[in-house]
Amino acid sequence: MKKFKEKLSGRIFFALALSSISALALITVFIIYKGAQTFIDVGFFKFIFGMSWSPGRDEFGIFPMIIGTVTVTLGAAAIGVPIGICCSIFLAEFAPSALQNIFRPAIQLLAGIPSVVYGFWGLLFVVPLIRNYLGGPGLSILAGAIILAIMILPTIITISEVSLISLPRHYKDGSLALGLTQWQTICSVQLPAAKSGIVAAVILGLGRAMGETMAVIMVLGNAVALPDSILAPVRTFTTNIGIEMGYASGEHQQALFATGIVLFVIIMMLNSLAQYITRRKAK
Amino acid sequence: MKLSPKTAQKIAKTLIWSAALFVLVVLVAIILYILIKGLPMINWGFLTAIPRDMGRSGGISSTIVGTAMVTAVAIVIAVPLGIGTAFYLAEYTKEGMITRIIRFSADSLAGIPSIVYGLFGYIFFVIYLKMGWSVLSGGLTLSFMILPTMIRTSEEAIITVPNAYREASFSLGGTKWQTIIKTVFPSALRGIANGIILSIGRCIAETAAVALTAGAVLRMPTSLLSPTRTMAYHFYLLATEGISMENAYGTAALLIILIFFINVVVNAGVNKFMSKGK
Amino acid sequence: MNVLYLKKAIIISLLILSICLLPSCRGAEDRVIAAGSTSVQPYAEILAEEFALAYPDTEIDIQGGGSAAGITAAQSGTAEIGMSSRALKDDEKGLWVVEIAKDGLAVIINPANAVSDLTLEQIRDIYTNDIVNWGEVDGSDAKIHIIAREEGSGTRSAFEDLVMGKDRLITPKAIIQGSNGTIRQLVAGDPNAIGFISLGLVDGTVKALRLGGVEASKENVISGSYKLFRPFLFLAEREPEGPAKQFIDFALSEEGQRILSNEGLIPE
Repeated sequence: MKKFKEKLSGRIFFALALSSISALALITVFIIYKGAQTFIDVGFFKFIFGMSWSPGRDEFGIFPMIIGTVTVTLGAAAIGVPIGICCSIFLAEFAPSALQNIFRPAIQLLAGIPSVVYGFWGLLFVVPLIRNYLGGPGLSILAGAIILAIMILPTIITISEVSLISLPRHYKDGSLALGLTQWQTICSVQLPAAKSGIVAAVILGLGRAMGETMAVIMVLGNAVALPDSILAPVRTFTTNIGIEMGYASGEHQQALFATGIVLFVIIMMLNSLAQYITRRKAK
Repeated sequence: MKLSPKTAQKIAKTLIWSAALFVLVVLVAIILYILIKGLPMINWGFLTAIPRDMGRSGGISSTIVGTAMVTAVAIVIAVPLGIGTAFYLAEYTKEGMITRIIRFSADSLAGIPSIVYGLFGYIFFVIYLKMGWSVLSGGLTLSFMILPTMIRTSEEAIITVPNAYREASFSLGGTKWQTIIKTVFPSALRGIANGIILSIGRCIAETAAVALTAGAVLRMPTSLLSPTRTMAYHFYLLATEGISMENAYGTAALLIILIFFINVVVNAGVNKFMSKGK
Repeated sequence: MNVLYLKKAIIISLLILSICLLPSCRGAEDRVIAAGSTSVQPYAEILAEEFALAYPDTEIDIQGGGSAAGITAAQSGTAEIGMSSRALKDDEKGLWVVEIAKDGLAVIINPANAVSDLTLEQIRDIYTNDIVNWGEVDGSDAKIHIIAREEGSGTRSAFEDLVMGKDRLITPKAIIQGSNGTIRQLVAGDPNAIGFISLGLVDGTVKALRLGGVEASKENVISGSYKLFRPFLFLAEREPEGPAKQFIDFALSEEGQRILSNEGLIPE
């Protein structure tokens, strides 16, 4: 009986693992199956480097969206990364414990707020501000970057903070004992030692920014043209899928799945990079 | 000019404090704005009445029920699968090709945008399996979405259980199954519970994946095959279609309160309760 | 925690699961799904609400998705009724179709904008990005912010058919928004924006342009002097029966048409 139970439990866990893997495999295979046809029909280079996206006339080029995705993501990183790292240093080194107890749940809450709420807030606050003070239609790379910067903060702060506080205590003590100031210690000892964790945090943050859909649909403007400034509207991979999926059929739908594949591959590369960096550190 | 270390320390300290305060201010700005506009809308009638006239009048009861049902389906499916897989990875296999593949795919899929899950769910569950726009399609799609995170957080929690616990159990003559159930599982429970809570929060807040799979119908869902509209999507439609700003704010305020309750209050409660138990 | 407890937990969760699944076995013959155009959706929802009062046993579920999705859904049988806010294309003609109302298409600008009348050609040149400044059409000197609907939207296709003609394309620089509501909201907030939405949705926050002197109004659509309008269609794989037919009949009935007219559409 005991042995039977042992065997059975092992089997059950194996079955559960197997179902999970098949579920994960199913999605991957399905998306590739659905989108691969586009790469064949349109041609890989024409799809990636095509300048015109006009499904009505069977033109499927996503280059403007690549530029859109890259600029918005980099913009979000430029705003979000310094703030995020500062916050993680704040939490790890400067914050009095009372403030920590407010700050941590606040970050959790920030992570949980539905993305549509961010988008809506952006549309009501950020977009008019940009339109009135900087010009242009307001719906722009800048608006998207600001909203995404806020949305990736929790990822960056939590992961960087963990890598900062998990450093051995004597790193810091040794440096302080040598008479360095707290800031010098942070700059020359703690940040370099926690580098790999922080870099991984930034990369995962970038992935999060790139994958966000509903918030950016509302503030980016979604134009399929190369932007001429950060005040111009652009479209990203996700907004392309989000805004057109409901309407698409046939080749158009396949092209959207193909957009999904491109996004999938980029995010997978980013994640592998983050993993590689963390793992290299662990060795 | 070179800054003296002391000046640098002062400047850096100011910058870091201001960055932290800035983040708090932004958070407070977003939340207060929604709460101030939305809280006055929330009353018993708003919570219990079915939306009328596209949501322009009436309450949001059916969207609350819809959200709960979709989330429940997702959790009921993803949690056992996720925990089981995590135990299999951590306790039943040796490190090798297979574990690495599972981990890699879970990590990659955890980062995949929810819209891609929506795309998959729409074609696969709604169209191909003919489930239609329904609670079931939406819940299944969400369960796929949270599965990678469930696997990884549970595995993380299991791995951090000290090996000494396992060895102690084995040396007392415990079998593997007994060890897992009586020793490893209880010690890892806190981490696993945190993972479940985060997943519930994600399901409630999700829009893109359910918009394509659960539907947009405002009627009260009566079964798993009824179409429904979740609160987050209801908010999106009310706000972007310009149907009713008041009700949009009310829905958003309720969402934020819910998320606050789940992510912060329940999570803190679980942590406190679990650490007391030890 | 012991094994017995776990067993119980498993049995209980299985029970819960089966209880949840049980109601889904119930037949759903009296359920009609109408899916498609987001422009038709709000009106269909109002119709469905009124219909529910008269026929409490029949459930009408209205889904969005867009005109193209509505047509596909009707073809594939995912929905009993498809909704479209544009005329069918040639390769879609095999479907059973009925027009439930006409809807004017209003070109809207911010009320603060001095312009109030444009010709069809001027609007076309704005949307091809040949006219880029309001000064070129007797407005103040400011860059025009063009807003359009997304590819596949019935409203966009109708606009392309009626305004752009065959060879002219809406510029890729145009801002794209997914619904009438967002376009209205953006135009209401931006003095230099131009967009197009359902005539029925024009309210005090935006200004509908006169078209070569003709005001955008229901009366002018009926009389034929305002040229921008498109049909709202219900369509199906084949002639509907049962509850789907009841619902369509209700939409075409005097009461249904009165409801649509009250909401700003042009009855048949």
